[in-house]
Amino acid sequence: MDPAKKQQLAVHAANIRVGIIDAVYAARSGHPGGSLSIADLLAYLYFHEMKVDPANPGDPGRDRLVLSKGHAAPGIYSALAERGYFPKEELLKLRHTGGMLQGHPDMKGTPGVDMSTGSLGQGVSAAVGMALAGKIDANKNSVAGSDSCRVFAILGDGELQEGQVWEAAMFAAAKKLDNLCVIVDNNGLQIDGPIDKVNSPYPIPEKWAAFGFNTIVIDAHDFDQYEAAFDAAKACKDKPTAIIQLSTKGKGVSFMENQASWHGAAPNKEQYEQAMAELSAALRELEG
Amino acid sequence: MADSIKKATRDSYGEALVALAEEFPELVVLDADLSHATKTIGFSKAYPDRFFNCGIAEGNMMCVAAGLAAAGKTVFASTFAMFAAGRAFEQVRNSIGYPHLNVKIGATHAGISVGEDGASHQCCEDIALMRTIPGMTIINPADDAEAKKAIRAALEMKGPVYMRFGRLALPVVTDPDADFVIGKATELAAGTDVTLIATGLLVGEALKAAEMLKADGISARVLNMATIKPLDDAAVLKAAAETGCIVTAEEHTVIGGLGGAVAECVCAGRPVPVLRVGVEDIFGRSGPAAELLPLYGLCAENIAGKAKMAVGMKG
Repeated sequence: MDPAKKQQLAVHAANIRVGIIDAVYAARSGHPGGSLSIADLLAYLYFHEMKVDPANPGDPGRDRLVLSKGHAAPGIYSALAERGYFPKEELLKLRHTGGMLQGHPDMKGTPGVDMSTGSLGQGVSAAVGMALAGKIDANKNSVAGSDSCRVFAILGDGELQEGQVWEAAMFAAAKKLDNLCVIVDNNGLQIDGPIDKVNSPYPIPEKWAAFGFNTIVIDAHDFDQYEAAFDAAKACKDKPTAIIQLSTKGKGVSFMENQASWHGAAPNKEQYEQAMAELSAALRELEG
Repeated sequence: MADSIKKATRDSYGEALVALAEEFPELVVLDADLSHATKTIGFSKAYPDRFFNCGIAEGNMMCVAAGLAAAGKTVFASTFAMFAAGRAFEQVRNSIGYPHLNVKIGATHAGISVGEDGASHQCCEDIALMRTIPGMTIINPADDAEAKKAIRAALEMKGPVYMRFGRLALPVVTDPDADFVIGKATELAAGTDVTLIATGLLVGEALKAAEMLKADGISARVLNMATIKPLDDAAVLKAAAETGCIVTAEEHTVIGGLGGAVAECVCAGRPVPVLRVGVEDIFGRSGPAAELLPLYGLCAENIAGKAKMAVGMKG
């Protein structure tokens, strides 16, 4: 990837992380760990991959993103604010009575949120439905070059324990939904601990491949690998793609990294200040 | 009311989908490996590009329906009531109800009249479950004529609708020329001593019960409550005020369905005796529908008996 573009995406990702910490601190609750692990992914999708327009969030022809791991709401909210869907001040009202930003994504209340999620396993099915709608429309207007919209779904690795994920996977492959791309955020931790100690979903890529997906494994914190993976997903015909991204839960805030305890906890004042100091230092370094 | 035109409302459902397909070009139909039973098979053959079989995975089907609706489609998702409202309750609640998406649930094989398949498939809880979801419309048509009009009305409105269809062939008991309005009860018989409020399969039985009561000198009003949510509160309160007691009748548990809805309305607005005919908090069993319905009290005789009790309870 072009170094200038890469640097730009890294700045967006760092800003998204700042927004996540601000939001969760202001809410005094929420899920920072799994939000931070997808910050780079969200930066890549919203600032490079997806065809979206913050001025027209309901555009019927837009690409769509379903946050199937809906508890990472602070992540998508921060990304939407960074992309300009709403002012960043909204982030400070996360989970507040009267605020727009619900604890889990609410498509009716938040511009840019394409599906209400939070109950694990359901978002991926909805993404499959959206991809199917895209295919129906593309067939109907079957003029040369008419492409269906693309649909992205972000799943947790613990979420793979929900049987419905595999119902959705089976259906998506059977219907050849090559406009669907699921991204599994494999940070290895869920609320009760390491995923392989709670109820192992491993081996993950083999499972998706067995269900008929084009399967790609990448480092979740490397934009070159994102570019290669999403280009391959786009080029793949007749099969949906599953990108398994090996990520660090809590990425970017040293004391949150790889700690299951930061799945659903807010920092106190001292922790908030330390997190902000680390993220600001990272930003300064990026911006030279 | 000729027996020659008896038809199950699931057949009406299948026919209506095909009949309305051209008029509603965004209509997409989903099924979960039951298209021969739910009667979506006709639509699947006529419009193969707009029909998708999800296989035996009802939870996924409801959320796929939600995704289709979020992308602008009008969806009918079809399976048995047991799996639509029961198995997939939380998917319907969170992915269809909460975002208030334009998904219509075509739930067939509701109630005891499923018959021989037995208790595992005789869903008598679906109305109660669906009623708890904010913004959910619930329609339980009484016959072929009403079912077809109700399906059109459901397609014409935006938002989620739970439609309940049966397996048992029934005569037409409603006025085929009457307009169908969601949320409006229709009076099928005038009366002054008691009001029988019935839905679905039991509308015909309520009409028979009114005839039986006439022989005993009791004048019974019969209301067909095809829409259970939103309930026609005005018709219920008018009945309470004018006839002084009410008997509800439904092929559903007496807990939380039509009877529950009417009792809630009457208690709050115009307290009078309300007796409920329905399945009495027990599971069903295998047998021919014609034998099971009276066995579980889902018959004109029981409605008439309850009506006499209700009249006796009036102050």
